[in-house]
Amino acid sequence: MFEYAPAPESHRPDIREHYGLFIDGEFVDAENGATFKSINPANEQVLFSVAEAGEADVAAAVGAARRAHRTVWGPMSGTERGKYLFRIARLLQERSREFAVAESIDNGKPIKETRDFDVPTAAQHFFYHAGWADKLEYAGLGPGPRPLGVVGQVIPWNFPLLMLAWKIAPALACGNTAVLKPAETTPLTALMFAELCAEAGLPPGVVNILPGAGATGAALVESPVDKVAFTGSTAVGRRIAKAVAGSRKRVTLELGGKAANIVYDDAPLDQAVEGIVNGIFFNQGHVCCAGSRLLVQESVAEEVLAKLKDRVSTLRVGDPLDKNTDVGAVNSAEQLERIRELTEAGGAEGAEPWQPACELPETGYWFRPTVFTGVQQSMRVAREEIFGPVLSVLTFRTPDEAIKKANNTPYGLSAGVWTDKGSQILWTAERLRAGVVWANTFNRFDAASPFGGVKESGYGREGGRQGLEAYLDV
Amino acid sequence: MGSILSGAEAASLVRSLPGVDAVGLEARAADLGSRSIKKDSKAWAIDTAVGMIDLTTLEGADTPGKVRNLCAKAVRPDLEAPPVAAVCVYPAMAGVASEALSGSPVKVASVATGFPAGQVPLEVRLADTEAAVREGADEVDMVINRGQFLSGDLERVFHEIRAVKAACGEARLKVILETGELVTYDNVRRASFLAMHAGADFIKTSTGKVGVNATLPVTLLMMQAVRDFRAATGVQVGVKPAGGIRTTKDAVKYLVSVNEVLGEDWLSPHWFRFGASSLLNDLLMQRQKLTTGHYSGPDYVTVD
Amino acid sequence: MSERLRVKKTYKLYVGGKFPRSESGRSYPVTTPDGTELANAALASRKDVRDAVAAARKAQGPWAAQNAYLRGQILYRAAEMLEGRSGQFAAELAEAAGAEARETLGTVEEAIDRLVHYAGWTDKVASVLGGANPVSGPYFNHSKPEPLGVVGVVAPQDDPLVGLVEALAPAIATGNAVVVVASGTRPLPALSFGEVLATSDLPGGVVNVLSGKVAELAPWLASHADLNGLDLCGVEDADLAAELEAEAAGTLKVVRRPGGSGGPLDLLRQWIEYKTVWHPAGMAAGVGGGY
Repeated sequence: MFEYAPAPESHRPDIREHYGLFIDGEFVDAENGATFKSINPANEQVLFSVAEAGEADVAAAVGAARRAHRTVWGPMSGTERGKYLFRIARLLQERSREFAVAESIDNGKPIKETRDFDVPTAAQHFFYHAGWADKLEYAGLGPGPRPLGVVGQVIPWNFPLLMLAWKIAPALACGNTAVLKPAETTPLTALMFAELCAEAGLPPGVVNILPGAGATGAALVESPVDKVAFTGSTAVGRRIAKAVAGSRKRVTLELGGKAANIVYDDAPLDQAVEGIVNGIFFNQGHVCCAGSRLLVQESVAEEVLAKLKDRVSTLRVGDPLDKNTDVGAVNSAEQLERIRELTEAGGAEGAEPWQPACELPETGYWFRPTVFTGVQQSMRVAREEIFGPVLSVLTFRTPDEAIKKANNTPYGLSAGVWTDKGSQILWTAERLRAGVVWANTFNRFDAASPFGGVKESGYGREGGRQGLEAYLDV
Repeated sequence: MGSILSGAEAASLVRSLPGVDAVGLEARAADLGSRSIKKDSKAWAIDTAVGMIDLTTLEGADTPGKVRNLCAKAVRPDLEAPPVAAVCVYPAMAGVASEALSGSPVKVASVATGFPAGQVPLEVRLADTEAAVREGADEVDMVINRGQFLSGDLERVFHEIRAVKAACGEARLKVILETGELVTYDNVRRASFLAMHAGADFIKTSTGKVGVNATLPVTLLMMQAVRDFRAATGVQVGVKPAGGIRTTKDAVKYLVSVNEVLGEDWLSPHWFRFGASSLLNDLLMQRQKLTTGHYSGPDYVTVD
Repeated sequence: MSERLRVKKTYKLYVGGKFPRSESGRSYPVTTPDGTELANAALASRKDVRDAVAAARKAQGPWAAQNAYLRGQILYRAAEMLEGRSGQFAAELAEAAGAEARETLGTVEEAIDRLVHYAGWTDKVASVLGGANPVSGPYFNHSKPEPLGVVGVVAPQDDPLVGLVEALAPAIATGNAVVVVASGTRPLPALSFGEVLATSDLPGGVVNVLSGKVAELAPWLASHADLNGLDLCGVEDADLAAELEAEAAGTLKVVRRPGGSGGPLDLLRQWIEYKTVWHPAGMAAGVGGGY
C-alpha cells in the first residue's frame, strides 16, 4: 500500500490575538465595544477575536472613505493610483505563503488551493487592475469615465481574499474608495490585507475593512455610499436590491448558482471526469459557480459514473494544512447543517446517495464527498444551491433535452459542456443561460475574464474590461 | 492470452475511441505531480521504484564487460537497496545478461524487432525476437512500426504485434509505442488499445532514442488506457514509461499516478516498470539521504 | 350632398403581432391637452400584461437567434415604414400635444433617424462590447453580449414617439423582446407605431404595446417572474418608481431608473448580459509538451 505520510505546511503566520476595525488607516475597536471570535473550522479552536462594526463604525468608515475620495484618491492621477495597486500586488506575492496559510486556517480550505489558486489569483487581480488605472478612457465605455465615489462591498466566506481582490482592485483602479465587510466566519485575510495596505503606504481611508455579520452589511448598504457590490446568496442579494430601490446607489450582485455540467457521449471522458470532480469538490463545493448538477448523456452515464466514483475515492479529505489534502473542512457549523439538511432531503425524495469510504477527523466540520444518482429535475437537490461537496447526477437523451434541463432553474451563473465536436460546443454554449460557460474545462478564473451571472444569479461582471463598468460613471 | 478481435475489428474499434483533451490531461498530470511525499512514504516509494527499474543499456558501444557490470549493479544496487526488476539490453547482449543474472530474481529484458526504428522487414523483426528469446530473454521490448501507424495502416500494425507476440513464446511482450513519434495524445490512446488488443503484456512509451521520451501526461494517458482495457476485457496490462526519467522526484510522481489512477493492483514490478539508467543512482542517493539525514554525492554511488 | 363621413381608427393594443382589444373589454378616452376627445384607447389590464409577457417570451429566443444583419434590416425596414407614414404620425403627435402637424414633423423625422441609427448597431454591438480576453493559461476565452431576455418598458409620458423609439430600439437591436406600457395620456402614437412594426417583418411578440394606466400596469410588470429587465424611464412618480424597483428585486431584474441618461452605447449596454466562454487551447499534439 502506498500511504502518504502527513505533509503539513510548516509556515505559521503571525496572527494577532485581537483585531480591530480598519478605519481611516488605523485599527480601532467598535464604538460599542462589540467583538466576536473567529474559529478554525478544521478543529473548532478559537483563532482570534475581532471588533464587530456597528452603525456608528460604518458611518465613520464611509466618512473616512468619502474624505479620502475627495482629498486624495479622487484627485490622484491614474498613473499614481496604478502604482499603489501594483505595489499591493507585489506585496501579496511576497507574502503569499503567509496569506495562504492564514486563509486555510480561517476558512478550512486546503492549503493546496490557497497556495496555488486563491492567493496568486488575488495578486493577479491587483496587478491586472493596476494597469487599468491610467487607461480607463480606452476601456471602450465612453470618453470620460469618472469614479462613482465611495463603494460599499460585502463579500462571502468561500474565497475571502480572492473576493476582496475582485471587489477592491477594480474599485480602486477606477478611482473609488472602498468600505468592505468580510464575512463573519472569515475576516482574517481581509484584516491582514488592511495591514498590507498600510505597509504599501496607501493613503488612509482609501480602503476600510469592517468585520461583522449581517447587521453590519445591512448598515453598510443603507449608508450613504454611491455603490453597493455584493457577492453571496440570492436571498441576501434580493434584500440588497430592495434596500437600494429608489436611491441613486448603483448595485452589482454576484449571487448563487446551480450550474449544469453537460457531458455528451463523445466527450473526452477522463478529462470530463476531472472537470466534474473539480466542478463540485473544489473548495468543498463552497463555490457559487460549482457544477452541482451533472447532466450526462444516457448512453455513457454508466461509464462516467463508474469512472467518477473511482476518482472520487482517491480524494483525500482532512487536515487543510496537509499539502496532499484535496477536500478540507466545511466552513462553519451552520453551513454543515445546511448541507446535511439538503442531503437528507435528497435521500428522502428518492435520490440515491453514494460516498467514498474516507475517514473524517473527529473535531471540526466535515462532510464526505457525496454523489446523488437517480436525481429528478423536481428534487430539492436538483434545484437548490447546496454549497457543499454534493453532486446531483441527472441524465438526458438528446442535446435539446440537455439544454432544457440545464436552463430549467432560476439561476444562471455558470455551466459546463463536454464534447469533442466544436460545433456542438458552440451550439450548446449559445443556448445555455449562464454568464460563464466552460467548455471541456471547468472552474477557470482569470482577472482578464469577466465573471458574473444572469437571472437570479445577479447582474454585473467582475474582471476584464467589462468588469470596469461596475465602478465607473460613463 | 489471445485477442478475440480481428485486425479490422481492432482497427475500427480504436478509431472510434473518444478524443483526449490535451490541456485537461496535462492539468491532471500536473496535479498528480504536486503530491508531497515525505518520510516513510518516500522511503517506501524509493525502494518500490528501485524494484521497478529496467536497468538499461542500449548503446552501439555495449560490450559483455559493460553488460556484466550493469547486471551486478542490478542485483545489488548498493549495500542495502533491493534489486531492480530487469536488465534491458540489445539481443546480442541477452545471452551475457542471462548468464550474469542467473540465480538472481532480476529478469533479462531484450529489445527486439529492429529496435529502435523497426524499419526492417517483418521476417527480420521476428527472427530478431526469436533470437532474443533463445538467448534467454524473459521479456521482449518490441517497437511498433510508427510509419505504418501514421499512414493509417492500423491493421498491419495489429498483425505485426500479434506475430511478434507469437514469436515471444513464454516471454512477456512490452510494446513500445514511441509516443514522441506518434505526436498526438489521440494517437497514443489508439496505439495503446491496438497493442493491448493484439496481446501486449506491457505498453511502453519510448525507445529513449528520439527527442521526446516518457512524459507524465503521456504515461497517465496510457495508465487510463490499461485501466479501461481491464474494465472492458478483464485482462490486465502493464505500463512502462521509458527515457527521460532521471530523478527520484520524477519517479515518485509516476508512482503517485499509478497509485491514484490504477491502484494497488499495478503497484508491483510485474505491472509497472521504469525504463531508465541514471534514475537508479539518484534513487540510491536519496535513499542514503533518508538513512543518514544529509545529502549524498555522486562519488557515493557506483558508476556502471 | 352630405359631407363624407371620416372613417376613424380604433386604437387597439399590439400583442404577439396582433391587435387585440383589452382582455378586460375596457377603454378610456384620449384627449388633446385642451380636452378635445381624440379616440378611445384600450385600457389594458393585468391579464394583458400577462399575455404580452408570454408573447414576448415566446418571441425572444427566435428573435435573438436571428442573425444580426437580418435584425438590422428589420429595424431599417421599420424606419422605412415610419417614413412612409410620417404625415400620419406628425398629425397624431400634433393632436396629442395640441400643436400643428408641421411643428411635429421634425419629431417624426428624429424618430426615423434613431431607428436607422440602431439598425446599424445590431451587427456591431458584439464586436464593440465583447472580444477575446487574454487569460493567463492555455485557454481561448471570449466574452460576448447576449440579450437579457424580456424587458418591460414604461415609456416616457411626454415624448410619445422619440422617447418610445429611444427605449425600444436599443433593447430589440440587441435581441431582447419588450412589453411597453405606452404614455398614459398620449398613447396613440405608440399604438400606431405598433402598426409600423407589424409591417416591418418584425416577428410578432418582439414588441408588445399596451395602453392604459401606468400605476395599474407597471406593478404587474415589475413583479412578473418571467421578465428580466424593467425600464422605468417613463415613471414620473418617484415613490412609484421606488416601489416598482423594490418589486423588481424579487426576481433580481435589471432596472433602469427614471431620469437615466446616456448615449446609444449606454442604452445598448443596459439590456445585455455578457457571456464568457472558455475552451482549452492545447494542441492535440501535446505529447511533446514540456512536462
